[in-house]
Amino acid sequence: MEPQSDIPAIEVENLDCGYEGRLVLGGVSFRVKPGEMFFIIGGSGCGKSTLLRHLVGLNRPLGGTVRFFGQPFSEAAPGERRDQLKGIGMLFQGGALWSSLTLRQNVSLPLEEHTELSRRDIAEVAALKLAQVGLSGFEDYYPAEISGGMAKRAGLARALALDPQIVFFDEPWAGLDPVTSRKLDDLVREIRHTLGTTLVIVSHELASIFGLADRVIMLDRDTRGVIAEGNPRELAASSLDERVREFLHRGAEPA
Amino acid sequence: MPASPQPPARASARSDGDWLEVELSGDWRITGRTPSWSEWIGDRRPAGVRMRDGGVGHWDTSLLLFICAAREWSGRAGITCELAPLPEKMRLLAARLETSHSADKPRSRAENPLAAIGLATLQAWASARGIMQFVGECIFGAGRAIRRPGKFRWRDCLHQMAESGAMGLPIVSLISFLVGLTLAYQAAVELRQFGADIFVADIVGLSIVREMGPMMAAVIIAGRTGAAFAAELGNMRADEEIDALEVLGISSVDFLVLPRLLAIGLMMPLLALYADCVGILGGMVVAAGILQIPPSAFFVEAQTIVDLTDINTGLVKATTFGLLIGLSGCLRGLQAERSAAGVGRAATSAVVTAVLLIIVADSLYAVLFHILGI
Repeated sequence: MEPQSDIPAIEVENLDCGYEGRLVLGGVSFRVKPGEMFFIIGGSGCGKSTLLRHLVGLNRPLGGTVRFFGQPFSEAAPGERRDQLKGIGMLFQGGALWSSLTLRQNVSLPLEEHTELSRRDIAEVAALKLAQVGLSGFEDYYPAEISGGMAKRAGLARALALDPQIVFFDEPWAGLDPVTSRKLDDLVREIRHTLGTTLVIVSHELASIFGLADRVIMLDRDTRGVIAEGNPRELAASSLDERVREFLHRGAEPA
Repeated sequence: MPASPQPPARASARSDGDWLEVELSGDWRITGRTPSWSEWIGDRRPAGVRMRDGGVGHWDTSLLLFICAAREWSGRAGITCELAPLPEKMRLLAARLETSHSADKPRSRAENPLAAIGLATLQAWASARGIMQFVGECIFGAGRAIRRPGKFRWRDCLHQMAESGAMGLPIVSLISFLVGLTLAYQAAVELRQFGADIFVADIVGLSIVREMGPMMAAVIIAGRTGAAFAAELGNMRADEEIDALEVLGISSVDFLVLPRLLAIGLMMPLLALYADCVGILGGMVVAAGILQIPPSAFFVEAQTIVDLTDINTGLVKATTFGLLIGLSGCLRGLQAERSAAGVGRAATSAVVTAVLLIIVADSLYAVLFHILGI
């Protein structure tokens, strides 16, 4: 995938998401520009994670299309899709580290599978990625031996292993204390700053939404679709939709 | 909590023309005894029901349940149930309970037999398609592993070989020994009547090598390793570890399934061979202890009837059983629901599927070997 400034990094058109024919979200459309920090927000159970799973191909959409850098993804043949996935990283809610592998092996695996690098180079890259997320010295730890926050950072290191152009985050702040959350915010900011990666984040953490997001889309459980799109501060200040204002004003006022 | 005992919950009837006036009084506690509407109304058939507060003390959901039951009964009987004289809070909560009563329940399609048949057919088709897709992926994965053996997870495979093979030896030993022992004992009782004691060696040797050895080893390994595969993969699925593989474009079949399949496919014939030896040893112990047949004579007699073809048929079957156990364990694990209960169900289902497939495959082999004259 070659990033081109005029082509959106992600283009979603009329995406219908659901399981076993049951519609959870319908007619979702949005575009994400390369290098943008894009949030998918909404209350619990509105389908944020469902949308994310459909975007990355973990579930087959009931309808509509997903394109990454202009290339169709949701309808692509398995081989093409596998190639496109090399340019995508994902951080799962709990980190989803492979429990039988050490952190180094977790980060190395995508490199072993998708690159022709030597063992030594792979080990070096893995150490670098772990250092990037502040986990130097923990290379030989198993996931069960580290804290939840560290597991998330290790998951992020793995997601960044292949230097993807797009990284998806599923509720990255869930279960983290405020200090660790702030550190993760800084890390996310740094990734965007240094690598220019397009970041799509599913969250309902208002502090992080206001602190990080360039743009958001808000999903709603009752309408099963997108009810707002734009900059979170602008939406909080001037959205005509009461649900949007209520959500964005709850707990924290925009600075 | 009131200090003095309150009067018990009570509903008293008063006729008002054709209407029935229900006066509620006393202390309505869900933990105590409260009137039941259906018992209370009995055979009465009024033109309408009116409820009023006749001095209700403490009240809770039990009173609301009584009111709702009255409303429901009136609705069925086609008469009016008037709640207006009741306090507003009581009416409001009763209405809320009623709405939760009549809230949308998922319509059970199973009520319609045709729909149930249709659903079952669709489910069976989806399940069959899932199995075919999985087997297909395994075949393609095996092709990829042959083309690029360097990418194969050899270390995982060795680990699984130790887990499913060496670690299974104690239980395989015990069961096979006991099976050989039982088989010999049963045969000995009958054969001794005809003075054909020595043929115990033939019966034990042949049935263990051709049938019982591979079969018993397979059933034990299905319960031990097949369930472990399903539980392990099911747990990985619940923790999103399998999703993480898919998102990174790494095939879960290549990474997780093939090393396990190869390991169990290689270990099963070895375990079957081991089970054969231990089973025959069990038979030998009974022959020596009950029939006074020396082990050397037992061994020589067994050798006359069991040839290499018999051993090979057992090994071919064992390899097939191993692959079936591996496939069903991994398939059920990958299909597991994302919950603790789902993992449990996957493990159970893996064992049941594996044992079923083993028996079916064994029957097919019996027919095939008969046709081939082996």
